[in-house]
Amino acid sequence: MEDLVAGLLAGKVRSLAKAITIVENDLPGKREILKSIYPKTGHAYLLGITGPPGAGKSTLTDKIIAHLRREGKSVAVIAVDPSSPFSGGAILGDRIRMQQHALDDGVFIRSMATRSHLGGLAKNTVDVIHLFDAAGKDVIIIETVGVGQDEVDIVRIAQTTVVVMVPGLGDSVQISKAGVMEIADVFAVNKADRDGADKLLSELKAMLDMIKDEVKPEIFRTVATDDVGIDELVAGIFAHGKRVEESGLIEKKRRQKAENELRAYIYDMIMERAQGLEAYNDVVSRVAAKQETPMDGVEELFTELGIRIQEEKNAEED
Amino acid sequence: MSKKIKVLIAKPGLDGHDRGAKVVSRALRDAGMEVIYTGIRQTPEQIVATAIQEDVDSIGLSCLSGAHNKLFPKVVDLLKEKGADDVLVFGGGIIPDEDIPGLKAAGIAEIFLPGASTEETIEFIRNNVKTA
Ligand code: B12
Ligand SMILES: Nc1nc2c(ncn2[C@@H]2O[C@H](COP(=O)(O)OP(=O)(O)OP(=O)(O)O)[C@@H](O)[C@H]2O)c(=O)[nH]1
Ligand SMILES: [Mg+2]
Repeated sequence: MEDLVAGLLAGKVRSLAKAITIVENDLPGKREILKSIYPKTGHAYLLGITGPPGAGKSTLTDKIIAHLRREGKSVAVIAVDPSSPFSGGAILGDRIRMQQHALDDGVFIRSMATRSHLGGLAKNTVDVIHLFDAAGKDVIIIETVGVGQDEVDIVRIAQTTVVVMVPGLGDSVQISKAGVMEIADVFAVNKADRDGADKLLSELKAMLDMIKDEVKPEIFRTVATDDVGIDELVAGIFAHGKRVEESGLIEKKRRQKAENELRAYIYDMIMERAQGLEAYNDVVSRVAAKQETPMDGVEELFTELGIRIQEEKNAEED
Repeated sequence: MSKKIKVLIAKPGLDGHDRGAKVVSRALRDAGMEVIYTGIRQTPEQIVATAIQEDVDSIGLSCLSGAHNKLFPKVVDLLKEKGADDVLVFGGGIIPDEDIPGLKAAGIAEIFLPGASTEETIEFIRNNVKTA
């Protein structure tokens, strides 16, 4: 395990790849690895790319990688694709669009399946980000699954979230999907070579004018397949990052991120211990038979685990 | 949680016949595996670099153009060179029977021809990958 950590910190591809496997799959050693690398994280720029299925997220990512490489930055990509709800398997195809970088030492691409995790990312995406971060990657790009409207976890993780939109998907409907509008730090109107790009652009602007946000997200037209508009988009991304940095919001964001990570692990770690209790199955049966409320069931399990719950009275007092 | 089997399905060389690779990819997905498909026209170098970054358990190579005798062993050799020879390599496509012993000697664990059922491939992978 020490070798693995030393290797990944030294930039060894295989060590990093093996460490990701351990972390992604919650295999033994995960906690130790994260513990040793955690203090070395916090330097990478985290860039989220999200948007509807087929919008061109992977193609855009490919061109953004190329741009960042010309600037000499090292890049990691986490490309998330959905798992089949039927078999649990997945075809991870994002990477097809990025294979021109396969032999570049400065680019590390890793595919992850959602494994029924909701929110547009895989459960352990954040931990994989930590590994890339500790390994010294300058920019970590996270491509979410093709999202509808509720899959917006990316916004809690990335410094800058790019929402990719395309003409012809029923524009006003696309735009009015509240979730996506609210998470965008930057918009890319991709496939701008197609009819309807202007219309989408103006509808998007009109919509943004209605939202009384102090700073409106910038909108960029791109044709990812032809490498058009990428320089401007990347400049817009880092301009957003700089604004956040200067606004002093960054500290607040950092704390929020820490809280989100804690929340996820509180659930995971307590659930794992609860499921290990002998009483667990009995409680499930009683709640299922409507003999006990879920809250009472939790209290019973917590008591067994030695976790004290505040009396309801106390909670109401303050 | 038991680790999922992760497989790279790759098409080395200039061969553009991709139906078989896609059929196999979908079958493996439907068997609960996580499949990375990188599309046509990959060099052995790209395939091996991808396999290492993705830390796959296995690589399935597909070739219908006749270049298998050169390309398949090249992938195995590069894996060895990179210290990643624990990855199980198998293949399929239009491959004459007389080429199969040579390919196996070169480290390709199994070859699946047209007519072989995808169940056989699934069985083979499940029985032969080394998962942690
Ligand atoms: C459809 C087809 C095409 C289509 C391809 C469409 C596509 N996107 O795939 C088109 C028309 C484009 C085409 C073009 C050509 N073709 Co063509 N084509 C065929 C044909 C008729 C069927 C192939 C096919 O799709 N089969 C269906 C799929 C599902 O089966 P499969 O690919 O064999 O896969 C199965 C197994 O082989 C195995 N398998 C395959 N890969 C893998 C991988 C793994 C890991 C595993 C486990 C299993 C596995 O499992 C699959 C499921 O059972 C074959 C003849 C034939 N009967 O095979 C010729 C054939 C492959 N073509 C041939 C030729 C020569 C060509 C051309 C060069 C023709 C030309 N002169 O222009 C071009 C080259 C194109 C290119 N860029 O490579 C020759 C190859 C000869 C050789 N190997 O020596 C064949 C054999 C015809 C022949 N008898 O001459 N072709
Ligand atoms: N005309 C046009 N096509 C594009 C453009 N960008 C991407 N495409 C095509 O759109 C298709 C989907 O592109 P991807 O990059 O795979 O899209 P994606 O959003 O990553 O897709 P998922 O990950 O499956 O949700 C591909 O066929 C691309 O070639 C563009 O700017 N113009
Ligand atoms: Mg994609």
